[in-house]
Amino acid sequence: MGAPRIVRTRGIPYPAGDPSLSPEDEHAWRRRLVEQGLAAVSTHVSQPTVFEVSAE
Amino acid sequence: MRVVHYINQFFAGVGGEDSAATGPASTPEAKGPGRKLANLLGPDHQIVATVWCGDDYAVGTAGAMDEILTLIQAAEPDLVIAGPAFTSGRYGLACARVVAAATAAGLNAVACMHPDNPGLDEAGAAPVVASGEVARSMGPSLDTLAGAARTLLLGAELTVDDGRIGRLPRRSVLDEANAATRAVDLVLARLAGDRDATEVPLPRFDQVTPAAPVDDPSAVTFAFVTEGGLVPDANPGGLESARATRWLRYPIEDMSRMETGEWRSVHGGFSTVFANADPNRILPLDVARELEGEGRIGALMAEYFVTTGNGTSVANARRFGVEWAADIRRSGARAAILTAT
Repeated sequence: MGAPRIVRTRGIPYPAGDPSLSPEDEHAWRRRLVEQGLAAVSTHVSQPTVFEVSAE
Repeated sequence: MRVVHYINQFFAGVGGEDSAATGPASTPEAKGPGRKLANLLGPDHQIVATVWCGDDYAVGTAGAMDEILTLIQAAEPDLVIAGPAFTSGRYGLACARVVAAATAAGLNAVACMHPDNPGLDEAGAAPVVASGEVARSMGPSLDTLAGAARTLLLGAELTVDDGRIGRLPRRSVLDEANAATRAVDLVLARLAGDRDATEVPLPRFDQVTPAAPVDDPSAVTFAFVTEGGLVPDANPGGLESARATRWLRYPIEDMSRMETGEWRSVHGGFSTVFANADPNRILPLDVARELEGEGRIGALMAEYFVTTGNGTSVANARRFGVEWAADIRRSGARAAILTAT
């Protein structure tokens, strides 16, 4: 949809979470998402680009 | 005939971003690009006033358009000209609203901006003609604008041949060729390589040029924005659950996380059970504060911005984006993370 930098998440109702995980694991997942966000805004892109977060 | 020209603070020579909050003013002469425009309009027409306003004030202050319109009407114009605004978002919005307000008040008006300008849709029934992308194309843009102005001052209507862009009002006319003939003509044009010819222009979804990357996140203030409808539990601002017409801002200073029970999502497009059970799933303030504490994020903006992205019109979404960008830039933040549901 034209957003230049996109970090892929796991579900519409919880873009910064994953309720299937334990609270500790979900917190760690959220942290990796935001860390990937920091990496994304620090990366040069010329078109809409998806940044994947590794599961672990 | 009498022409009033609307421009922003930059083209009026008043100042740049630092003067964007300045209110409207009028001067009884051509100013900035209006001088060349006056030459192009020729001796029969005169720019009797230039009305200018800071872009932030024009698009961010309630009643700004009334003030601007009052200044315009005081000069008793036969035509109001706004721009060219090129691809400048706030300037384009301002120009579009000026000509929309002038047209609603019964004045003849035309704006000039690039077809990708987010303001284009706000001109309503008022005509808009195409400018180039950046101010470097001022010359040809003014040629188009002056030609359109002369046409309007003759009492004629603007067509795509005059450089007109945006939504054209539909009217019934009798064409010499019937629909079958015109359809075949369009097919032949397409086969010949013309991919734009159409009698029914579809809405366009524009491309956004990505901003340059930040050099060092640990030296930058980050804004957090969401379209997940996350608001204080009582929804004091009355954010809509769908087809949002506004966005809201709430302070997150001195907060280390979004506490369960204090916030809820009013989004009507998904089950908000998970969001309400832990609002950090919508706005990841808990980990953002951790990263700030570790020095990996320079700082967090004192407020977050929120709207509901559920059947929201493209025109409103564009406007929110322009307003967010201006607000974030003014706050000193240099990067934004938007969580999208």
